[in-house]
Amino acid sequence: MTQATRQWLRGKATRPASLRRRLVLQLIALSAVLALVLYVAVRLGAERASEATLDGILGAATTAIAEELRSVDGGPELELSPGTFSMLAAMGEERIFHRLNLGGSAVTGYDDLPMPPDTPTALTAVFYDAPYRDAELRLAAVARSLMIDNRPTPVLVVVGQTREGQRAIAQQLANRAAALGLAVFLIAVPLSLLAAGTLLRPIGRLAEAVGRRGGHDLRPVRHPAPTELQPLVQQLNGFIARLRSTLTQTETFIAEAAHHIRTPLATLRSEAEIALRQSEDEPTRVRLRSMIRATEESARSASQLLDHATVLFRAEQPAQDRVDLGTMTAALVDRFLPTADLKDMQIVLHPPTDALVTTGDAVLIEAALRNLIDNALKYSPADSNVSVSLARDGNFARLSVCDRGRGLGGEGLADLSQRFRRGPNVGEVVGSGLGLTIVSETIAAMQGRFELTDRENGGSCATLWFPLHE
Amino acid sequence: MRFLMIEDNADLARSVCARLALEGHAADHASSLSEADDCLAGTRYDMILLDITLPDGDGRSFLSRHRTAQADTPVIVLTARSAVSDRVDTLDLGADDYLTKPFDFAELEARCRAVLRRRGGTVSNLTEYADLIFDPLGGCVSVDGEARDLRNRELRLLEVLLSAPGRILSKDQLCDRLFSYSEPVSDNAIEVYIARLRRKLEGSKARIETVRGLGYRLVGG
Repeated sequence: MTQATRQWLRGKATRPASLRRRLVLQLIALSAVLALVLYVAVRLGAERASEATLDGILGAATTAIAEELRSVDGGPELELSPGTFSMLAAMGEERIFHRLNLGGSAVTGYDDLPMPPDTPTALTAVFYDAPYRDAELRLAAVARSLMIDNRPTPVLVVVGQTREGQRAIAQQLANRAAALGLAVFLIAVPLSLLAAGTLLRPIGRLAEAVGRRGGHDLRPVRHPAPTELQPLVQQLNGFIARLRSTLTQTETFIAEAAHHIRTPLATLRSEAEIALRQSEDEPTRVRLRSMIRATEESARSASQLLDHATVLFRAEQPAQDRVDLGTMTAALVDRFLPTADLKDMQIVLHPPTDALVTTGDAVLIEAALRNLIDNALKYSPADSNVSVSLARDGNFARLSVCDRGRGLGGEGLADLSQRFRRGPNVGEVVGSGLGLTIVSETIAAMQGRFELTDRENGGSCATLWFPLHE
Repeated sequence: MRFLMIEDNADLARSVCARLALEGHAADHASSLSEADDCLAGTRYDMILLDITLPDGDGRSFLSRHRTAQADTPVIVLTARSAVSDRVDTLDLGADDYLTKPFDFAELEARCRAVLRRRGGTVSNLTEYADLIFDPLGGCVSVDGEARDLRNRELRLLEVLLSAPGRILSKDQLCDRLFSYSEPVSDNAIEVYIARLRRKLEGSKARIETVRGLGYRLVGG
């Protein structure tokens, strides 16, 4: 078996069954069985009825013939009454054969006409089928005794009849029965589709109501549902409630962790800076400097870890805010100007010509942009420029942050966006190795694109594409 | 400048106030919103540093009250929270800027200056030395009445030199004031900036003197 076949089989086996399909198929199968039963019943009934009628006439005619036999001058004589004639005539276009046995040997008629399997008792017709001269015959035999030469002699009257006309009529009836069955089946198909639709509509409505809710809508489902679906809705609501409480706990935890880590770090850093200002002893100053660096490092790691946690749990269910990228970028660049100024750097903003609005989680987008600009400033030499440009690119907004820093050091985006992975060329710059992870997780949650490229004449460009929603 | 620090963590408040005092600023500490109201009733401050989580209320409620009262003292929020929504909230409520703890003191100063400049500079404490006039808030320097265009680091270097004229300042001391602790600094970085500053101040009676093996000092006047 090839890999493809195996996968196909597995796909077949695990494909979830559609309720609608199952319901429709079962209803159709049921109506097919009903149509078949109807057809068989009609056909058998009609055949039986017509055969019984014909047998009645055949039997009556045979009996009449037997009764009209008389013994004249020591031999049998038959004088058919008009009634018997009309009975025989009523048999229509069928061919009729007869045979008269006297004592045990044929005296008149077709002497090779098949005999009945059992010898009939007096004046009760025995019916049987037998092939005769390329035709299927229905035969009736009646026995009686006749006084010949003052001796009772057994006489057997056999009348055979072809049943072609009757079979034609039966076929016609059968065709009608088939048409009736087919009609019943054809009416049943749309009716079962309709029934399946009506039955399944509440499920569809419920699914639609749940699907319409926004990603952050964690209110319980209040949509009316049929009794059979109530347990499902209750379970869903229970699940939503548990999710809500977990998310609230996570958010509270992140906020509290941030507070409890940052405040003492701020004290530590401030104290170390004061000590550094007041100390004249060079070895002490070296130690204090490395203390400040460590504070900076742990503060950055803590805040990036918390940011990363925030991004991870928000990316699961990103909010659908309307975000004006131009406004957000301009505000962020503005925020970073004093930071850039401390390194005599400039941030050059190339704003878009029109409003670029995307739909997504503003918190995540802000975190991604902040990390990119922060990286650009951090890794660039003093006096250099960072350019931030935002422009429309088809159905996307393209945002690039380009610097004259140390470039990517030969690493690709796949390497650098791994957690805690930093380029080989970061040198002494403090970092956590989470910045680009945050960016790529954000952009993945938004179904955008993220590229990192080296720049000609040094430096690198980070480019984000956000899908636009007009 | 006169600062009011509203912060419930006593250690941090004490440390930041000491740090501000080192830079020649006056700083008062309020550990709750009610204490802050008392301070503001009696004293006029140039800048408020506000924590968000306080024992008797949220710093954000202080912000909205402060803005409704049309008090014009600028507020910089020092927050330990990192959620972006919190940051945006504080700016919407009328904070002039925010910094996340722990913060680089140089960055706090830079942001204070940027805020005050944006506000039109209600405080002006010019430093004069020889024929130099230095306005740290506006970030401008004039030599004998003629304005000179200095970049941020040149200005800060001049500010450090002006804070102790005549005193020898070592390269390390200058480095600590000029560069962030998280960036790599080459051995001759300070020399580069000293050379630039000398060029910018050409013609002034104030000179930056190299004291071989020890550092630099500002002389003149």
